[in-house]
Amino acid sequence: MSGTVRINYRDALRQGLREALLRDPRVFLMGEDVGRYGGSYAVSKGLLEEFGDERIRDTPLSESAFVGAGIGAALNGMRPIVEVMTVNFSLLALDQIMNNAATLRHMSGGQLNVPVVIRMTTGAGRQLAAQHSHSLEGWYAHIPGLRIVAPATLEDARGMLFTALQDPDPVLIFEHALLLNVEGDIAADPQPVDIDYAAVRREGTDVSLITYGGSLLKTMQAAAELAEDGVSAEVIDLRTLRPLDDATIVASVAKTHRAVIVDEGWKSGGLSAEIMARILEQAFYELDAPPARVCGAEVPVPYAKHLEDAAIPQVAGIVAAARNLVK
Amino acid sequence: MNIGREQALAYLRQMTRIRRFEEKCAEVYSAGKIRGFLHLYIGEEAVACGVMPELSREDAVLATYREHGHALVRGMPARSIMAEMYGKQEGCCRGHGGSMHLFDASLRFFGGNAIVAGALPMAVGFGLADRMRRTTRITACFFGEGAVAEGEFHESANLASLWKLPVLFLCENNLYAMGTSIERSEADTDLCEKARSYRMTAASVDGMNVLAVAEAARAAVAYVRAGNGPYFIELKTYRFRAHSMFDPDLYRSKAEVEAWKHRCPIEALKTRAREAGLIADAEIAAIEADTAREIQDALAFAEAGTLEPVLNLTRDVYARERRVVKAGAS
Repeated sequence: MSGTVRINYRDALRQGLREALLRDPRVFLMGEDVGRYGGSYAVSKGLLEEFGDERIRDTPLSESAFVGAGIGAALNGMRPIVEVMTVNFSLLALDQIMNNAATLRHMSGGQLNVPVVIRMTTGAGRQLAAQHSHSLEGWYAHIPGLRIVAPATLEDARGMLFTALQDPDPVLIFEHALLLNVEGDIAADPQPVDIDYAAVRREGTDVSLITYGGSLLKTMQAAAELAEDGVSAEVIDLRTLRPLDDATIVASVAKTHRAVIVDEGWKSGGLSAEIMARILEQAFYELDAPPARVCGAEVPVPYAKHLEDAAIPQVAGIVAAARNLVK
Repeated sequence: MNIGREQALAYLRQMTRIRRFEEKCAEVYSAGKIRGFLHLYIGEEAVACGVMPELSREDAVLATYREHGHALVRGMPARSIMAEMYGKQEGCCRGHGGSMHLFDASLRFFGGNAIVAGALPMAVGFGLADRMRRTTRITACFFGEGAVAEGEFHESANLASLWKLPVLFLCENNLYAMGTSIERSEADTDLCEKARSYRMTAASVDGMNVLAVAEAARAAVAYVRAGNGPYFIELKTYRFRAHSMFDPDLYRSKAEVEAWKHRCPIEALKTRAREAGLIADAEIAAIEADTAREIQDALAFAEAGTLEPVLNLTRDVYARERRVVKAGAS
């Protein structure tokens, strides 16, 4: 195909970073091992050589200080991209994210903006056990003042960062570890992507499968299997977890009258609960069946492969949940 | 006393403004006009008043929840601060912040942070931005000695020193982290030693002496502005009032408090300036009269202030209004 390139998610993320660094001198990247090591997931490999250690800054293992420094630099005119190695480590910087980044604009009566972008790896599937595998983006989506995005496609992996950097407010980008090696063809010439809308990744009429991030591919596969059985599933990729795009969710449910929410996060008090609540608030009378959820088991994610697999949504579970609704 | 008459008067005026402003705050707090937490700076005035004139308008200032004094001396109008504490939309933050969260972006006064040590990492980022943009601006970050027990102090000190950032760390050591004395919370009470362990230049100064504070700040500002990296000053001071209006102040003796009150920074300056023949009693009276007028004006402004319409409650959570979504039932 002309005009397209073969690329994986990791390289798409790197292209996004490169482009941001090239286009805006205020942009810089900092975090643990982003420079000399090349990024713990090799996302920033080669950037130190290209942009130098002023703009690709290795930091000490001080999540609170370097995330806070990103917030301060953003307040002082820069456009920092802060990389936190995994979402579990971001808890060491939670005070800065929650008490400063999220509050400063409102608390100052609208005087301040915090245009910082904080990227982190999320999710299970690499047998890294209970301190490297959680999906806490739903937690962050609880917080007013933050914008939360989860690129699930190659286009979004490449394009969301630049859009996030144009945003006057703090944006957290959650990149699922299992997507890094996913390959595909995308337009060689990057097009701008928004960070406002959910996307319909597959059209269908019988059931809406609502998901995001690392669960999108599994959900797409489930939809394909359902089609073989004559069940037409629509797949919604939320893309932005806060603020949620209620309109796209509700429009889909109004069409299919059934909803399954797929989220690697835990059910209790989680993002899936919020989405379900909104469906019930806004589309209750459209429903032909109670909405269902396929979510992470309520355990710390375990190491052993078979247990880890059992702890997070899988294709078979998504197919079963959808079938159960349309039977 | 090696300062001029104008300078002595300026210090006295600023310290008096803070003292009288806060006395009035306590009074109207008791009358129920101000609510929430109210942390008074009374006794510590020499610190903010000594440091602030050494900074330029372009420099950034970050402070704590005990920041009325810093805000006043930085140039925020008493009106705007009082109205904020009254919760009125004429306040500096439209009543969203209150006593602990005073901001004025036009003066590069960035709060007003109610998490102990919460501003330190941000101060490092301010310094980083200034360094990356090759400016000569510096960032002054005030915090209490209680913050030194937080990891953020150590992480920030290390990062600022590692990257040689233009950050002035100003540790207001008033000996008590709320009700816990420094002896009961620090294995090593030598705070400069902690800063030096990060290869930061550090100095300790009598925070009850505005001239000593100014001298130390002047040297530190010059050092930081010249690109030598961060600098740490311990300002030994004492708050005469309780931690907040809710604090029964049972953890320190009355004798200790009285002893420190004898070192009142305002009285100390008056005495020295009088002895040096720099200030006449009439001038002190004039400062008091001006200050009283200013505070009366601020009170009247706050009293007459209006309430932010509740309709605006969620405005300013985000800068960018998201498109309005309307689908299905509302």
